[in-house]
Amino acid sequence: MSDGCGAPEQTATPSSTDTQGQVVVAGKVSTADGPLGGAYVRLLNSDGEFVGEVQASPEGDFRFYAASGEWTVRALHASGSGEASVRTDGAGLYEVPVTVG
Amino acid sequence: MSRENVLVTTQWAEENLNTPGVVFVEVDEDTTAYDGGHIPGAVRIDWKNELQDPVRRDFVDKAGFEKLLSEKGISNDDLVILYGGNNNWFAAYAYWYFTLYGHKNVRLLDGGRKKWELDGRELTTEVPQRPQTSYVAQEQDTTYRAFRDEVIDAINSKNLVDVRSPDEFTGKLNAPAHLPQESSQRSGHIPSAINVPWAKAANEDGTFKSAEELKELYEEAGLDTSKDTIAYCRIGERSSHTWFALRELIGLENVKNYDGSWTEYGSLVGVPIETGEQ
Repeated sequence: MSDGCGAPEQTATPSSTDTQGQVVVAGKVSTADGPLGGAYVRLLNSDGEFVGEVQASPEGDFRFYAASGEWTVRALHASGSGEASVRTDGAGLYEVPVTVG
Repeated sequence: MSRENVLVTTQWAEENLNTPGVVFVEVDEDTTAYDGGHIPGAVRIDWKNELQDPVRRDFVDKAGFEKLLSEKGISNDDLVILYGGNNNWFAAYAYWYFTLYGHKNVRLLDGGRKKWELDGRELTTEVPQRPQTSYVAQEQDTTYRAFRDEVIDAINSKNLVDVRSPDEFTGKLNAPAHLPQESSQRSGHIPSAINVPWAKAANEDGTFKSAEELKELYEEAGLDTSKDTIAYCRIGERSSHTWFALRELIGLENVKNYDGSWTEYGSLVGVPIETGEQ
């Protein structure tokens, strides 16, 4: 069990990752110029309600452990914001690129 | 309770970075954030290693709190501005500790580290050196702290506010969506609790909503302001955020934070648990 509740340091999630039965929503935040580090990435459920937030790694990587359903991933940064949607259906890795601009 | 007495804006903070008697303190569970860059002049408090008891499940005692603040160079008369990541969860947790130990002059930076970064304000890796003080804390005041028996007695009699996400409340998830899911506790919520996720008290940029918006939010969710209130989450830090909103922003009198929260309650033998929506 994790002692705390804070978001862990974010790392890349390779496509070959074994999600060990979990629904993993992961991806990279970028701009037209390439990966964008340090954005605040929020996971919203199908009602648009906040579910979780992490800060993307310096390379723009983020990862959530969700459940089956419709999700929106929204990224906030001093340079702007952006979002993308994903539908998850059972365990596995769902890759969601998010463009900020 | 006036917002200005408990919160400062990022603009105010930037204008007061060098004001004597004002100490900025970054509080986080993940302390690598501070190393990567922090508000100029801010000292760091490590929530896990400095504010928690290393053996028992409890937080630092009075002597430990005094030693910690003395080493950090914080005086009893200082105005302490707390901020951190995760929308100020751990800073709000620390605010609650400061309140329990009787520090008079403590405020949160509205929006915390996120707002500061989204504003594009300066961060530094320079670590300040503050001379040691002789901090004296008050005995812990448990007016704002709920323990498990009191929580069980509060079922159907006091307001219980579960501030976790709807999926944690209904039992669909056991932990926030940024953490691997665990199975060491039963899932669900304390019977009669209302579910108002902590994030509803905050704007997207991490700042707190206005007292009027907050009052409407909790009343619409079924909070009876004539009754005492206990807030809980999973380990007590998200509920510190809500405790702050209820007690310090709305100004409700009898609001407690249950720091045992779901990791304690969900592991107790024989207590009632509800699943599904309220």
